[in-house]
Amino acid sequence: MTINDIINPDNLVYTKTKVMNDVPMHYCPGCSHGVVHKLIAEIIEEMDIQNKTIGIAPVGCAVFAYKYLDIDWQQAAHGRAPALATAVKRLLPDRLVFTYQGDGDLAAIGTAETIHAANRGENIAIIFINNGIYGMTGGQMAPTTLVGMKSSTSPNGRTIPLNGNPLDITKLLAQLEGTCYVTRQSVHNVATVRRTKKAIQKAFENSMQNKGTSVVEIVSTCNSGWKLSPADSNDWMVKNMFPAYPIGDLKDL
Amino acid sequence: MAKIKGAIVVNIERCKGCNLCVVACPSKVLSLNNEANSKGYNYSYMAFPDACVGCSACAYVCPDACITVYKVKL
Repeated sequence: MTINDIINPDNLVYTKTKVMNDVPMHYCPGCSHGVVHKLIAEIIEEMDIQNKTIGIAPVGCAVFAYKYLDIDWQQAAHGRAPALATAVKRLLPDRLVFTYQGDGDLAAIGTAETIHAANRGENIAIIFINNGIYGMTGGQMAPTTLVGMKSSTSPNGRTIPLNGNPLDITKLLAQLEGTCYVTRQSVHNVATVRRTKKAIQKAFENSMQNKGTSVVEIVSTCNSGWKLSPADSNDWMVKNMFPAYPIGDLKDL
Repeated sequence: MAKIKGAIVVNIERCKGCNLCVVACPSKVLSLNNEANSKGYNYSYMAFPDACVGCSACAYVCPDACITVYKVKL
């Protein structure tokens, strides 16, 4: 049997979902954002809620998310995605409303909005991409940057006396009464991609069932900011990020 | 035991040559091409197509959703 015989619509097992459109993504080669976008698109297709989904795009690398997923989007001011999602979900309670935020957006400038939206128990899903760096603006130190991690504003590595401790905001959110599901996942290999897909699906179902705020943190890579190849970034993340941000469910009610 | 054969199609113009599919493939089928696409990226291709079992590992980890996977049982 030749390759041309195998490549036949009857034998198809995996293809790009139609919820993701054909616009080429602007992300750097190997960026975790692409995988997470793809998972969100696949879940929306499988749940058949493409015309009932409203995404809130952040400021950061993922600001152009609205170009890539064929759903309704609203772009928020920097860090204000949970506040905007609150408004959208309260006005249209039958929709799936999710925010898609990076660590600079969610854990730095948007800390207040994030914590208060989660504390109020807004029925939204928060997808939080944590790569420990401000990717879009040139790899500056973020609140989530690890101790000793080099960035363009901590060239000798982050130190606690000068820069303070890394902020584990997901752990903080798990302690709030309003959150119903808080988990931390990653997308560096096939098994973790599958687990992350299940986690995001659960968060979306919680939003549709109005159970409270769901937070899915995805520990990610920023190979351009970290100055490593995509494969080396994944190895670096497993070795250095996972001890500080361990993978697993923090809260599941 | 039924033999499984797979094949993939890479969207060459969408591929950014990040190499993650090459690392993820358990059968070591994939490699980056010496030729580049119009953006200058060395795109991924099936260097050893006979070894492909259509497991979709490459497609799952591809950040740009460039890979379509086909599989048949012989």
